[in-house]
Amino acid sequence: MSATPAPSPAPTRSSTPELLTGAQAVVRTLELLGVTDVFGLPGGAILPVYDPLMDTDKIRHILVRHEQGAGHAAEGYASSSNKVGVAIATSGPGATNLVTAIADAYMDSVPIVAITGQVFSTLMGTDAFQEADIVGITMPITKHSILVKTADEIPSALAAAYHIASTGRPGPVLVDITKDAQQNTAPFVWPPKVDLPGYRPVTKAHGKQIQTAAQMLAEAKRPVLYVGGGIIRSRASEELLALAEAAGAPVVTTLMARGAFPDSNPLNLGMPGMHGTVPAVLALQDSDLLVSLGARFDDRVTGKASLFAPGAKVVHVDIDPAEIGKIRMADVPIVGDLKDVLVDLLAAFREVAPAVPAGSRRYAAWWKRLDELQAEFPLGYTKTTDGLLSPQHVIQRIGELTGPEGVYAAGVGQHQMWAAQFIKYERPNSWLNSGGAGTMGYSVPAAMGAKVAEPDRVVWAIDGDGCFQMTNQELATCVINNIPIKVAVINNSSLGMVRQWQTLFYGGRYSNTSLNTGHGSIRVPDFVKLADAYGALGIRVTEESEVDAAIQLALETNDRPVVIDFVVSADAMVWPMVPQGVSNSYVQYARDHSPTWDDDAAETGRSDDTLVSELAAEIEDEAELRSQAELTLDPQNDSTGRDSKGAQR
Amino acid sequence: MSHVLSLLVEDKPGLLTRVAGLFARRGFNIESLAVGHSEIPGLSRITVVVDVEDLPLEQVTKQLNKLINVIKIVELDPEQSVQREHLLIKVKADNTSRSQILEAVNLFRAKVVDVSTDALVIEVTGDSAKTQALLRVLEPFGIREIAQSGLLAIGRGAKSITERVPKS
Repeated sequence: MSATPAPSPAPTRSSTPELLTGAQAVVRTLELLGVTDVFGLPGGAILPVYDPLMDTDKIRHILVRHEQGAGHAAEGYASSSNKVGVAIATSGPGATNLVTAIADAYMDSVPIVAITGQVFSTLMGTDAFQEADIVGITMPITKHSILVKTADEIPSALAAAYHIASTGRPGPVLVDITKDAQQNTAPFVWPPKVDLPGYRPVTKAHGKQIQTAAQMLAEAKRPVLYVGGGIIRSRASEELLALAEAAGAPVVTTLMARGAFPDSNPLNLGMPGMHGTVPAVLALQDSDLLVSLGARFDDRVTGKASLFAPGAKVVHVDIDPAEIGKIRMADVPIVGDLKDVLVDLLAAFREVAPAVPAGSRRYAAWWKRLDELQAEFPLGYTKTTDGLLSPQHVIQRIGELTGPEGVYAAGVGQHQMWAAQFIKYERPNSWLNSGGAGTMGYSVPAAMGAKVAEPDRVVWAIDGDGCFQMTNQELATCVINNIPIKVAVINNSSLGMVRQWQTLFYGGRYSNTSLNTGHGSIRVPDFVKLADAYGALGIRVTEESEVDAAIQLALETNDRPVVIDFVVSADAMVWPMVPQGVSNSYVQYARDHSPTWDDDAAETGRSDDTLVSELAAEIEDEAELRSQAELTLDPQNDSTGRDSKGAQR
Repeated sequence: MSHVLSLLVEDKPGLLTRVAGLFARRGFNIESLAVGHSEIPGLSRITVVVDVEDLPLEQVTKQLNKLINVIKIVELDPEQSVQREHLLIKVKADNTSRSQILEAVNLFRAKVVDVSTDALVIEVTGDSAKTQALLRVLEPFGIREIAQSGLLAIGRGAKSITERVPKS
């Protein structure tokens, strides 16, 4: 991402700069950087900043109920609008409560600035009240962090943080300001001198590499554009569409890239990875050329990396050089900003690629195979047999009735995967989720942040009953600050994704996954009553016939937040699925008599079993893969077996 | 395989933690570390020896380069650079052994920097082969204590790694 919002016009530099307290300088600097909304919660060490914050009419401060909510709100604000999100917290526990959100922003390259108060510089290192070394704590999870101990450093520190967060590969930056730095005065000079000799992100790529990449794309027989979240951060969706359509190459959009390329475009094969569509997963596997655009070969996409796309050459485009070659060797490494690279790549491709005769298409044999896969393995689900709602149906209807102009923020787990699969995304920044970190509880505060950034859009939090209970206190923030988000709790009364893994890999032994919030349980808490207590509109839906009306009512209710408790079946599972640690060629369209699974999981037969397709025939050396699968799927040997997308803790 | 990296860094609080922490969390092992000022005010130079294969080495340098306060990283080829470590060694020495120890010290062009009735402190500078050889020779006399610096290295010839670094 190269462009940053233009800062407000700077005041003319007078001969005697105004004398401001550090706290006033914080507010003034944020104003001059163009920040209009911040999320935070005051405390002792940040109190000085909160005083001038009361006087500004340029910055809206939204008082959250927990600092983690401020962090995720800043993320949702940034991810929905491409602006920089800002979160403010006090020292010690206030700062450490931001840690999860900062780690989340780091994994998903979200531009946020976290401002924390720190104890007096004279007390640092003495285990003072509410002292925590937050710079030290967040070092591994920030793009950069700055400790400010004097008032005069404040403008340059915040300006540097804002610049670093929003340029190159975006990410979180923390600015920790001691209380004495906030209280003391210093001349306020704007613009400040921002000296970052070690920070020079490359944006313009090497021309020769682009030529080679274009040549390879022109000559490939089975190319795939492997699109990651970098397209969204770089605001390069239009440039991607132009290249994809000119080449006529298939596109897969990772979890972080849903919406980067329209789902309605016939070139889009859907999401790849552990719960990707069969055509997307197998297109990558069988490809002879991967053009990776802002993607990072995450293990949830590649499966067993050494068996991922074994016959493919790789063109890897990323603004972060460290991503190139980290997991997979790149034949053509291209470091640059996708928005620029894609323009150059398209121009180069047009020069080298032969025109396609009228009536035929490029990569025709490849498309014939992909079309067959799409016809044979469309995304779908089977209805539940216990009479309870199918969660997929609920989520699909939310998407259909709301439309592509909405914003959808998911929590983490089954509902996240279904929301990625069954809502059709047509525009970037419409899909927000915690992809890399897998942070349960992301959804409600992120939706809140998105609604603040994009007040004219319908913003849904697609949440699970587990996730919702981690951060639903921000409903209070939404009600009081008139932030009318809509929350769909996909309530299967359990930690669903963990339960799915227990069904598949632990013989149906449901250790500590039941939450007692849904059907047939004592309903603690009752989500409708909870919504009511917060002053939100609470609706419970148990029958399919009620689904549309409830969604419509939510869409029509804009004077307060809405919480819909969709009481769904706990038995629905996310399909397709690639078991962890095996080749993606092993993708299962639906639950089946997998050679490694059937023995201990067969007794929990359900309707998914009827939708069965084993694609092991894709595998050349099936026996070897089976033994690898067995090794990995044996819970005794699987050190990572409890690490599902749904299992944060 | 060992690689010698020379890092030019901004002299900021916590810088060493950032560098060392990055090695630790990405799973790379630091064999030796030496930190000191460079010839440019405000910039420090870190010489770090890391034991990795070529491919992980590329990851190390790329990740280090992402640290905002790291300005430049150069790998120093042993053929094209001078590499030295510095040791202080305390050896037991009585009237019978002292002269033999002094002979070894002279052979290795080391120096005695402290003398007492029952011990000598010896200072030696050199590459790892030389310092290790001296230690082997001194071993039989009884080594009481060793203090060793990290490896220092600098490229041969007139070029400097701080060339083209903005001197603000």
